[in-house]
Amino acid sequence: MTSAAEHIDPAVRAEALASLLIERGLVDQATMDNFIKTYEQSVGPMNGAKVVARAWTDPGYRERLLADGTAAIAELGFKGPQGEHIVVLENTPEVHNVVVCTLCSCYPWPVLGLPPSWYKDPSYRSRIVREPRTVLAEFGLELGDDVAIQVVDSSSEVRYMVLPMRPAGTEGSSEEELAALVTRDAMVGVAEAVAP
Amino acid sequence: MGGKQGFGHVLPLTAEPAFAEPWEGKAFALGLLSIRAAGANLHAFRHALERVPPGDYLADYYDRWLRASQILLADSGILSAEQVAARAARLSGSEVPEPDPPEPHKPDMPSGGPGNLRTLDTPPAFAVGDRVRTADLRTAGHTKLPGYVRRRTGTVTAIRPAEIFPDTAAHFEGENPQHCYAVEFDSRELWGPDAEPFRLSIDLFEPYLEKVT
Repeated sequence: MTSAAEHIDPAVRAEALASLLIERGLVDQATMDNFIKTYEQSVGPMNGAKVVARAWTDPGYRERLLADGTAAIAELGFKGPQGEHIVVLENTPEVHNVVVCTLCSCYPWPVLGLPPSWYKDPSYRSRIVREPRTVLAEFGLELGDDVAIQVVDSSSEVRYMVLPMRPAGTEGSSEEELAALVTRDAMVGVAEAVAP
Repeated sequence: MGGKQGFGHVLPLTAEPAFAEPWEGKAFALGLLSIRAAGANLHAFRHALERVPPGDYLADYYDRWLRASQILLADSGILSAEQVAARAARLSGSEVPEPDPPEPHKPDMPSGGPGNLRTLDTPPAFAVGDRVRTADLRTAGHTKLPGYVRRRTGTVTAIRPAEIFPDTAAHFEGENPQHCYAVEFDSRELWGPDAEPFRLSIDLFEPYLEKVT
């Protein structure tokens, strides 16, 4: 059921709300623009990729990251809203972690930015907690029967990021080259990091 | 939404910008800024999202944010739905009169400081390894105990930082901080004997749990 009285184009609704709030001095245009610019330009999966590449190349960092994700991620300068307490889940040949928010769309903004469409979609939110192996296969990730799946539902203020496995054949790669292999999807757990 | 059926194939893993259209960026920023303008909090915003009528809720993600912002602002007497509708009509070229703003009545829940993490004097009731059963909750309000894990037995695998209790904070009934636990369930406990084998871990607040002996 939709509310019949409320047929307003979303772009017009946004403009209506913004103009009313700005006129009354309740919202500042510059603050609004700054929020938008931050998540368009500075905060995104490139941050998480740096964290993963560091963990792949620095065993001490990897250990700190798994023990206290929030602090280790802050070492690289990443913190902020939706990152009060970040737990990093390590994927191994035996265990594959995948993250969801079934109640809304909670996501670790400081390391991954804002969530993509597939993560926010009801299909993912409803099904990954019921048939994860089937859903991962739909995404193109076929896991062996010997790999245990752990699904993590983000229902508190704890935010989760997956540390994917380092792809084979990347022994000679630099940290920067490795970061380029780490995708948003691998850090949520619906894909693996792959060598070029 | 956990476990609900009928939503079909997942969407493709495509690359996409943070905001597909400029208005989505505005909707995002307005969501965060409306929480402040309404004197509300993140939990009340999530509850407002849940109060968007189902058809509208499912129609579009950032339109849902705009509608939730409107709900918060109307609840606090900052902006009425009629004001927004009139402004939208005027922006679309109709010369409709704009109603006066309502009388503000912002919530005044005391804050225990920035963020959602809190320190509790009382020790956690459960320890790692404890078997716990989730409540048979039938609240009409906001909660972080999803339907699909109610009345189920699992194992505490970690103690998380204590947090503001969303179930009370969303209704401005106090921060009421609670211990929080990572609880792991076997898929067969959730979905029956024919379920795909996997483990599900979810963070649950102490009031949702009782110890199984």
